[in-house]
Amino acid sequence: MERVAIIGMGQTQHAAQRTEVNFPELVYEAVSLALKDAGIGIDGIDNVITTCNDFWDGRTISSMATGDVSGARGKNVSAVEGDGAFGAFYGLTRILSGAYGTTLVTAYSKGSESVPYLITNAAFDPIYMRSLGLDMVTSCALQARRYMKRYGISEEECALVAVKNRGNALANPNAHQGMRITVEDVMRSRRIADPLKLYDISPVSDGAGCIILAREDRAKKIPHRPVWVKGVSFCADAYLLGDRELSECRALEKAAQAAYKMAGIQDPRKEIDVAEISEAFTYQELLWTEGLGFCEKGGGKKLIASGATAKNGDIPVNPSGGLMGAHPVIAAGLIRILEAARQVRGDAGDMQVKKQVQLALAHGVNGVCGQSHCVWVLGRD
Amino acid sequence: MGKRVAIVGTGQTHHRSIRRDVNGQELIHEAAVRALKDAELTIDDIGGVVIGNMDHFEGINYVDCWSIDGSGGYLKPTIKLTTGGTTGATLAVAGYHMVASGMFEKLLVIGWEKNSESDTTGAIITCTDPIIERQFVAGAISGLALEAQAYMHRYGATPRDAARVSVRDRRHACNNPHAQLRGEITIEDVLNSPRLADPLRLLDMCPRSDGACAVVFASEDVAEKICPTPAWVLATANRHMFSDYTDVVEMSSLLSMVEASKELWQKLGIREPLKEVDVIELYQPYSWAGLIWIEDMGLCKKGEGPKLLWDGVTDMGGELPINPSGGVVATNPIGATGLIRCAEIALQIQGKAGARQVSDVKLGVATGFGGNWWTDMLAFGKKKPN
Repeated sequence: MERVAIIGMGQTQHAAQRTEVNFPELVYEAVSLALKDAGIGIDGIDNVITTCNDFWDGRTISSMATGDVSGARGKNVSAVEGDGAFGAFYGLTRILSGAYGTTLVTAYSKGSESVPYLITNAAFDPIYMRSLGLDMVTSCALQARRYMKRYGISEEECALVAVKNRGNALANPNAHQGMRITVEDVMRSRRIADPLKLYDISPVSDGAGCIILAREDRAKKIPHRPVWVKGVSFCADAYLLGDRELSECRALEKAAQAAYKMAGIQDPRKEIDVAEISEAFTYQELLWTEGLGFCEKGGGKKLIASGATAKNGDIPVNPSGGLMGAHPVIAAGLIRILEAARQVRGDAGDMQVKKQVQLALAHGVNGVCGQSHCVWVLGRD
Repeated sequence: MGKRVAIVGTGQTHHRSIRRDVNGQELIHEAAVRALKDAELTIDDIGGVVIGNMDHFEGINYVDCWSIDGSGGYLKPTIKLTTGGTTGATLAVAGYHMVASGMFEKLLVIGWEKNSESDTTGAIITCTDPIIERQFVAGAISGLALEAQAYMHRYGATPRDAARVSVRDRRHACNNPHAQLRGEITIEDVLNSPRLADPLRLLDMCPRSDGACAVVFASEDVAEKICPTPAWVLATANRHMFSDYTDVVEMSSLLSMVEASKELWQKLGIREPLKEVDVIELYQPYSWAGLIWIEDMGLCKKGEGPKLLWDGVTDMGGELPINPSGGVVATNPIGATGLIRCAEIALQIQGKAGARQVSDVKLGVATGFGGNWWTDMLAFGKKKPN
């Protein structure tokens, strides 16, 4: 594979509500920061990929609103619908194809203008399932139950994720849900869909992210260390919840294995230095760390309890606070890539993990209950 | 450098105004199975799935995830793209780049729409800014009527000229077993059909269809083993140049087509597209586009489109046949429409287009139109590129 690097990145201040900007303005904010970070102007961008979702935006052809602000005027451009990590994948292939030297990728969500229940209910079969009231939260509650029952995981053990990530988010200037809480606080928070309580659930945020990818020869003229793409893959599981074993994440396992193979990783637990993953719910961080091969199946609870995934553990997970700190839905995976890349560059500020980061992992999700996963491995060399 | 990429198999459903016999996933499945059969592959040979439609037509979110049972994307990389009317062409452009990247050897690309389950204008209207534009931009037809008005005003073309385009495409559609509207019409039929938005009449416009199209893209490593005559992707170019309707400063030309075609011809080394291109499948949602946009892509000077039509240059047997399939005024399952243009060009290059075959096709061009006056273009060739 030809070498491609992340040479620029920018993200907005994420918030529960950004009333002072509309969503194109939100994207423009991230794009401007990314160009500044890369030390180039929009003329240095060969092509553009926007990531959006018509349901979350309440607009059809939602990419219409964000092309111009992503600098697509006069350039080849396309739009991926779904999580930003998938958008970035297409952006990467456009460079690997030999067609372009640089790709600018954007993703955003303005959750404050959305009705998450209706939007995620629309992911379900309209005849048989929508009327059951299933949405992202209720279906994930089912998945949490199945996973917890199978491996004997308690609500308190899941709550550790909320405590860790919301605590980590305090060090993240772009996050808006940083807080110092205890397992008891999580247990006492309002029950939304059993076993999920308010603090088990990530917020829905307003925010945008942007990364600039570049071919090796174009990555050398930047003011800081390029972050190399070492491996990337994605994979989708079956659609119907009943067709899947919800206590496992086969699609994530497959995507991770393919990304590791590309990156030459044999033992992810030892070789990956830090991971930024999409944990919309606390139980998901435990489950996803299993899918990523950081521990055995059912071992996620032990991994977090051991402190290994804490900021200064041997495999820190979500030092940025992850989705618990800020969750601009469609941008979530792109922002994970961005945060992982900052760790590799060593400029993650107060979020920076102690050990030198050679390899960092980023992860995005599409669909409900983690039906489709995208895994990126980024490296220093 | 990237791999060279070709289309090695295509499949289309039978397109109808309402397909009551299938749901969306079954519609997708019908096209996917036909494409695999055409390429003599099974789903196990496929490395990933690229799929697209316009969400608000069916009201289903996360279609990449929902469509797995129909697309065959189970435990495979599956990704969704959507760009409005251009979606189908956008999917083909993605299929090309993803295979060229070396990340996939064989990729299944699927465009689909079940328009009968939607309120087309109601869904399209929400593409515009909710505060500033939604009150006065009313779906697809009125915007196209503005373009026709501006073109008429500037170049003196008449509704009769535009009717000639519909007559051509509906005649061509009689040769296409997949087409929805098969039945010849006359100039007078068009001019006497109900007026929708002045100067557009019913028979100037595309229908809306239920349908799907699937295409297998393969890399140079395997393309010639799969298919005796792969349709090689020679170049792609696109422009999605405006965000708001009020940004569209020039209505008598499709500026995105002007820019994208300029880039495409430059990449191909083409100076005289009318002479050098053998066949075009134009995403032409209404008759007038068959005049205006062929000028914008440089087949003739501005204002000379009608002459090209009346001289029969773009008819079957003419110098540069346009829409041998009958095009979009005969069939329009929106998310599939641009991909059908690519599949039809591939069939022309492979010599598998049956009664709609144009003789000796070496170079064909497919286009997509959508969004806010956007254009996607792809060129396919019989000869493997250098």
